[in-house]
Amino acid sequence: MALIRQTSPHTLGQNKTSHIMRLVLIALVPALAAQTWFFGWGIIINVIWCSVIALGAEAWILALRKRPLSFYLRDNSALVTAWLLAMALPAAAPWWLSLIGVGFAIIFGKQLYGGMGNNPFNPAMVGYVLLLISFPQEMTSWVAPLGSGISAPGIGDSFSMIFAGSAVDGWTMATPLDILRENKSLTMNELWQNSPQLSGMTGLGWFWTNLAFLAGGLYLLKEKAISWHAPAGMLLALAVLSLLFWNGTGSESHGSPIFHLFSGATMMGAFFIVTDPVSGATSNKGRLLFGLGVGTLTYVIRAWGGYPDGVAFATLLMNMAAPAIDYWTQPRTYGHRKPKRGMAKTK
Amino acid sequence: MSSNPSQGIPLRTIHEFPGGVHPGENKEQSTRTPIATPPLPNTFILPLNQHSGAPAELLVKVGDYVLKGQMLARANGFVSSPVHAPTSGTVTSVGMHPVPHWSGLEETCLVLEADGKDQWCELDPVADYKTVEKDELVQCIHDAGIVGLGGAGFPAAVKMSSRKASKIHTLIVNGAECEPYITADDMLMRERADRLLGGIEILQHMLNPQEVLIGIEDNKPEAIEAMRKVCAGKDAIEVVPVPTKYPSGDAQRLIWLLTGKEVPSDARSVDIGMLCYNVGTLVAIYDAITEGKPLISRVTTLTGAALHQPGNVEALIGTPAEHLLEFAGIQDEQFDALVMGGPMMGHTLDTTAVPVIKTSNCFIAASREEFPPPPPEQACIRCGMCADACPLSLLPQQLYWHAKSQNHEQLHHHNLFDCIECGACSYVCPSSIPLVQYFRAGKDEIRFQKAKSEKAERSRQRFEQRQKRLEAVAAEKEARRKANAEKARRAKEAKAAAGQSAGQNSADTSAADAKADMIKAAMERAKAKKATRAAGTDVATASSGKPARPQLSPKQKELKIQLSVVNAQIKKCERAASQAGENSSPEAEKLQADIDKLKQQQTQLKAEFEAASAPTEAPAKPAKAELSADEKKHKIELAMARAAVKKAERAVTTAKESDSDQLQTLQQQLEDKRRELARCEEAV
Ligand code: SF4
Ligand code: SF4
Repeated sequence: MALIRQTSPHTLGQNKTSHIMRLVLIALVPALAAQTWFFGWGIIINVIWCSVIALGAEAWILALRKRPLSFYLRDNSALVTAWLLAMALPAAAPWWLSLIGVGFAIIFGKQLYGGMGNNPFNPAMVGYVLLLISFPQEMTSWVAPLGSGISAPGIGDSFSMIFAGSAVDGWTMATPLDILRENKSLTMNELWQNSPQLSGMTGLGWFWTNLAFLAGGLYLLKEKAISWHAPAGMLLALAVLSLLFWNGTGSESHGSPIFHLFSGATMMGAFFIVTDPVSGATSNKGRLLFGLGVGTLTYVIRAWGGYPDGVAFATLLMNMAAPAIDYWTQPRTYGHRKPKRGMAKTK
Repeated sequence: MSSNPSQGIPLRTIHEFPGGVHPGENKEQSTRTPIATPPLPNTFILPLNQHSGAPAELLVKVGDYVLKGQMLARANGFVSSPVHAPTSGTVTSVGMHPVPHWSGLEETCLVLEADGKDQWCELDPVADYKTVEKDELVQCIHDAGIVGLGGAGFPAAVKMSSRKASKIHTLIVNGAECEPYITADDMLMRERADRLLGGIEILQHMLNPQEVLIGIEDNKPEAIEAMRKVCAGKDAIEVVPVPTKYPSGDAQRLIWLLTGKEVPSDARSVDIGMLCYNVGTLVAIYDAITEGKPLISRVTTLTGAALHQPGNVEALIGTPAEHLLEFAGIQDEQFDALVMGGPMMGHTLDTTAVPVIKTSNCFIAASREEFPPPPPEQACIRCGMCADACPLSLLPQQLYWHAKSQNHEQLHHHNLFDCIECGACSYVCPSSIPLVQYFRAGKDEIRFQKAKSEKAERSRQRFEQRQKRLEAVAAEKEARRKANAEKARRAKEAKAAAGQSAGQNSADTSAADAKADMIKAAMERAKAKKATRAAGTDVATASSGKPARPQLSPKQKELKIQLSVVNAQIKKCERAASQAGENSSPEAEKLQADIDKLKQQQTQLKAEFEAASAPTEAPAKPAKAELSADEKKHKIELAMARAAVKKAERAVTTAKESDSDQLQTLQQQLEDKRRELARCEEAV
């Protein structure tokens, strides 16, 4: 009788990469709902459109690389990239913007490095930054949030904005981070009074979407799909720096900690971007450092840089530092007095 | 987190180790029935290598009739273990046979046909071990063929005879049994707690530890209960339940759990004053000491979905696995894979024809659903789950990366060789990467490379040594030639001078003097001759046969004897070296070094001898001449043998400490030397 030969262990845990990716997608749903509520149907359309592009691009490259299609497509990683990018783009982003962004993210940001697991940079952020540099106009045309006086576009309007190239001017408004950055003369109180998209401590709509991202992140933490280290590092750095440089309520102010924690891509970055295992640091200590770095750079770019939000740039910069962080944060192995640090000595 | 305070047991902190996993336990299937005894099989297959160390050396031949418990093969050196007959019967063949080894390769086995009488040979128990020296008990344990029954199969006597074993303060008893499916230790503790305690007490007597900690995972309440019962009132012994988490049964993990102490990476537990024994091993020690029974059976778990009646059996070593599976009701249609050991670290076997060996703690006859083939490997997403699961805080994802690219420096840098291959990382990896497999391959590759470069280095050294030797020989020749020339010149001069002085002085006086001298010399010669004849030794005859040098001072004699002994040793070593060189054994070098040393000794002795035979010492001291040369020779030999034994002992201990692979040869040498010493003692 032929007995099967295989190596130990003979049983495996229930973890599956595709399952983890699915959890991430599930965790994005609340934020997707919040964004749709405040910024209209464009977000949903974008998510679907980006998913199609991502799967198509992935399949195309896999076919070129002669890899089994369904096996790799089913790991859901392309979908995660697509969703993250779609949710970072303005709701009224035209179809070609998504096509360029997602296509570049999947083909250049991921597959050309050797596919999943081998990309040094977060693909979604690669696509995002490319678009931000190339098409600043389109990338900052955010649809005005619900409650700001301009009604959110319906499905039909969204469709025509995205696919027919109809004018978006009537629907858009500057984002809170933009407003703050452009402001030179008004005090914070005046600013808040003059801008309908600012309300409470932060921006209209943005507060709730950030909260929804936070909820999704907590779900991932509970499911043990991510560890708390990187998000904690990023949020901590952002909070501490914004507290240090808050500078009161005058016109020079860079915004309060609450404003920074719940504006722009903060929560999305903290729980869905810096937690990307592939392009981040691997040990827990390393992740904490990685998060701190992203938080710090994000604040620096927001406060003194040339772009309204800095999460994407900060992530890419720290991606470059990740291997170095890994080398310097090796844990101490059992039975060894000290952890090994740095590179291996080559003879 | 603590032992039960209601029983008045002091709180003991459990030191959690990092990582670890919780695979499905699957232990209940095999704990429903007591340990059973399967019927005697007709044929036994006994591998000569069931332990770590050198294979045993066959003592019987085909056709011999043997009794149960009789030693069939003896230990080959100290890190080795004998093999005993599991029943009475006839040795029918010796040859290659499949054994339960991961490699699937065949090994030399002895096949025993049972006669069904199951008749014991005469057993030789220790009446009262408390009155017996530790060394003798160690020898008993060694001769009983007891090895670690937990899985590694390291000869049990070796650990306890280390020089550092005198400083053991904690004895750890490993009853954790963390691998899923296996329940052999669990059942053993439930049913044989008293014998286990007996084994512990023997070790307490031998090693004198301050405390004994019995670590049992808390998923075995019955075993904990049973052990607590027998250990009640024993102050130094404590039963400590540890949280169920794989791999708590790994000796070093258990030491950490119980004491919070770490065994340094380059050391062993004995170095930090601890020894760890599996519960089954201790029961075997008890049986060996108090009943004189060698290790011929063990408790083995038979389980898996393809078995109708899973359970534990007292299996005789050498029983074919198929016999046991038959006994447990194997269902062929379900049977897909046979695993020896647990699902985490066990290995699949190609055939059911393999025998139970000393380390077979479990056979799992698995169905396809039970151990499905692993899903295809996906890319590593660097999620870090493997690092979180690793009990040694290694970084498996980095190791994997470097193992794949064969970056050996990086592998060393990331401490690959600390990996215990527990499989926790593979178990959790969401991308189904067989990480352990990569690590094993990486280790093998590095070891292979190392062996290769060592071999190259060895031949380089050998060449250099040969070169040096040749040079030394040439130099010696040259020196001798010069010395001879010098001597000849001196002799000539002396002759010339003597002739002159004879001519100058009065011939009569000189002649008379010469006569007197001659008579004196003759008398002395006669005396010496008598003495040597009485002794009648080779040396004496040889020396007396040489009229040119009639008298040898005792010093000279001694030197001469030493010289001849050294000469003989050189010859022996040279023979051994040439042999070793032929089969390119690693000993060759060592032997060569020995030869060199001996040669040095030889030249030194020669020089001394020459010095001793200088004219000033020439006259023999009659008083000492009375001592029989034979006696003297034996005495000298004795002293030398003693020194040799001491030296060999030292070499063995250092080898043991540094875990050298030459240990066996050294031990063999030590034994030889000891025999030699005994012979010398007898002679004196
Ligand atoms: S668990 Fe697997 S996928 Fe995750 S980091 Fe380790 S090797 Fe990579
Ligand atoms: S197999 Fe090695 S690397 Fe993997 S968890 Fe066990 S010790 Fe760590």
